[in-house]
Amino acid sequence: MSTQGNGKFYLYTRYERFWHWFQAALIIALIATGFEVHGSFTLLGYKRAVTVHSALGITWLVAFAFFVFWVATTGEWKQYVPTTKKMFEVMRYYGYGIFQGQPHPCPKTPEAKHNPLQRLTYLALAAALLPFMMLTGLLYWLYNDWAALGLGGLGLSTVAVAHLLGAFAILVFLVVHVYMTTTGHTPLAHVKAMCTGWEDAEDGKPEDWEKRTA
Amino acid sequence: MRLCKRPLRIWGGLAVVAAVFLMAGPRMLGAAPSDKNADAAPGRQLARSAVSAPGARWTTADHSKFEALQKDFAKPEEVTAACLSCHQMAGDQIQHTAHWTWICPDCGDGKSMGKYGKTINNFCIAVPSNEPRCTSCHIGYGWKDKKFDFADKNRIDCLVCHDTTHTYEKFPTKAGYPVTEPTLFPEDGKTYLPPDYKKITAKVGRPDRLNCGACHFYGGGGDGVKHGDLDSSMGMPKKSLDVHMDAEGLNFTCQRCHTTKEHQIAGRLYTSPAAPERISLTEADLASKIACESCHGQKPHKNNAKANDHVDKVACQSCHIPEFARVLPTKMSWDWSTAGQMNAEGKPFKKPGPYGKPSYDTKKGDFVWEKNVEPVYYWFNGAMSNMLVTDKVDPSKMLSLNHPAGSATDGKSRIMPFKRHTGKQPFDPVNATLVIPHLFGPKDSDAYWANYDWKRAIASGMKYVDLPFSGEVGFVETEYFFPITHMVAPKEQVVACDACHSVEGRLKGLPGVYVPGRDVHAGVTMVGWGAVAAAVLAVIAHGVGRMVASSRRKGQ
Repeated sequence: MSTQGNGKFYLYTRYERFWHWFQAALIIALIATGFEVHGSFTLLGYKRAVTVHSALGITWLVAFAFFVFWVATTGEWKQYVPTTKKMFEVMRYYGYGIFQGQPHPCPKTPEAKHNPLQRLTYLALAAALLPFMMLTGLLYWLYNDWAALGLGGLGLSTVAVAHLLGAFAILVFLVVHVYMTTTGHTPLAHVKAMCTGWEDAEDGKPEDWEKRTA
Repeated sequence: MRLCKRPLRIWGGLAVVAAVFLMAGPRMLGAAPSDKNADAAPGRQLARSAVSAPGARWTTADHSKFEALQKDFAKPEEVTAACLSCHQMAGDQIQHTAHWTWICPDCGDGKSMGKYGKTINNFCIAVPSNEPRCTSCHIGYGWKDKKFDFADKNRIDCLVCHDTTHTYEKFPTKAGYPVTEPTLFPEDGKTYLPPDYKKITAKVGRPDRLNCGACHFYGGGGDGVKHGDLDSSMGMPKKSLDVHMDAEGLNFTCQRCHTTKEHQIAGRLYTSPAAPERISLTEADLASKIACESCHGQKPHKNNAKANDHVDKVACQSCHIPEFARVLPTKMSWDWSTAGQMNAEGKPFKKPGPYGKPSYDTKKGDFVWEKNVEPVYYWFNGAMSNMLVTDKVDPSKMLSLNHPAGSATDGKSRIMPFKRHTGKQPFDPVNATLVIPHLFGPKDSDAYWANYDWKRAIASGMKYVDLPFSGEVGFVETEYFFPITHMVAPKEQVVACDACHSVEGRLKGLPGVYVPGRDVHAGVTMVGWGAVAAAVLAVIAHGVGRMVASSRRKGQ
């Protein structure tokens, strides 16, 4: 990873940035069409909402496979290994230090882009919640083949309520996640970094255990 | 600022990838416009070629040349005798049909189910004691009371079904006979003419819609009274009314679906389904064509996988018959309890209502007629359960004189549209049974339409069927259901998804199935939105806190 003389360093690769925004768009569109199918509001009309939701869901599933491949082959998975080290410091920072203007206990560096809280959140998201949504969504979509798949005992109501709970969890994540982007040294700094790939360098160095070693 | 500039190229490239995913086959999108393979459905092709192939509707006989028919028939029974002199087996076949006996032979004890059994409806209630009027729709001659000889083959009316000239008519009150001289029927102001038997017999042939419709369009004593999906508009329907029977298009006769073998016509509907198995012609080409699947198969939608996903739970009719009575009105309610009022001159009268139909008739009470009626929906395994006149009833509840049979869990039922006809009709509050009134009869009889006295009419009717009557008369609310299966609309008029997939939609209250958009798991949804609201409030509080803290620090 390179650093520029002007205090910036390249943190997010081109694919990573694309994946982030592509997935963000998919998830937002899935939430919108999904809640329309749930009957929360009318936007596209029920039939089109179902059609779009199904198509986006399958698209997401396929695209997610590429992401898994990328994470596995580039060693990026190491950034998602959970840890409790410094976890308390990070929590204390967001609960207290941030109001005091204290520095972040784990600033982003090329070697370590996630703080311990992010590691845990993103691991839960990428390894649990999102696959859970894909799985329940796929089941929902394959409803008529359940008997053939040996899932005859499954109820549509169960699958639907599981999918719904997951959707609310993602929505809660989305609210907090969008807010957290404003906690950089300027409110748009993190968003900018996710667009350009270049993060402004801050003081502080990662400890050895935080560094990614390809 | 370089914000979001560099990755534009990638965005373009990946947009293409996304587009490929989005267009990856109809299974995914479910609504590709191409329809050109629709005609390739094999069952449909078979059905179509059966009538459109050259010479497909052949006959090997010219009835105008038969010696047996070269005479001046004085009575319709003579015509029947002439028919049976060649068609020796037809008489026996007919006498084994429900069209002849008005009894379902393989339902229950083989005596109770059927118009001439112990079932009742909330129109003219029951046939016994009212035969001469009701049996104008019987395929026989002279069924004027319970002494009718069902074994007399010459009493079979061949012509009402096989007259292709459509000049043959039975008089409404002559127990199935046509007139012998021009006769006016005061109720409809129409003069009935004696049939020209020679002309009619020269042209007998297979029945068409008008033959079947002569009775089935007029059930309940008038056009469109009973079924809601069968009335005289179905004689020569436009495509917009029925895509199959479209007189200028596919022009299906009734028998195209009501497969007929030895005069037994598929589609009878009492305690057993009209179609016990849903198989297509491609599986058994001599199977009954009574079900939609017979021709359309189990995956009828070529380009709409989501629609095919519904066929396990939803009958085709539920979506493809958005409303019934789309051309002519149908009777939706009949209140017998108000019958018998007289006008200022002390005479029976009719009050005109909407659609040119009476809203009140002294003889019958109050009516509600409706057009373009949205059906009601029930789980349906193809059979109906029927109440009998001997059943004990609870008059505090609405009585279902018949009801769709089936449930969400029996593995055979699907959601089916119905016409629900409500009524208020006489019953015996002491014996807690429904009653059969003697409605139709001569002026000096006990008939209700002769003297407007319920007690006399019911006593007479119940005595006729050997059932007890206490002498007390009350009125009870009833409902009666007809499956809606005709008037299949063009696919553009199909019921929209959100007509059912919504909280207040057509399937409101239908048990046993999770309908997305209708069943919203209200508790889970409330907790979910609560969590989202809590998250929003938390981040707003956190953000405001940061802003306040930051400005304080700057101020220091």
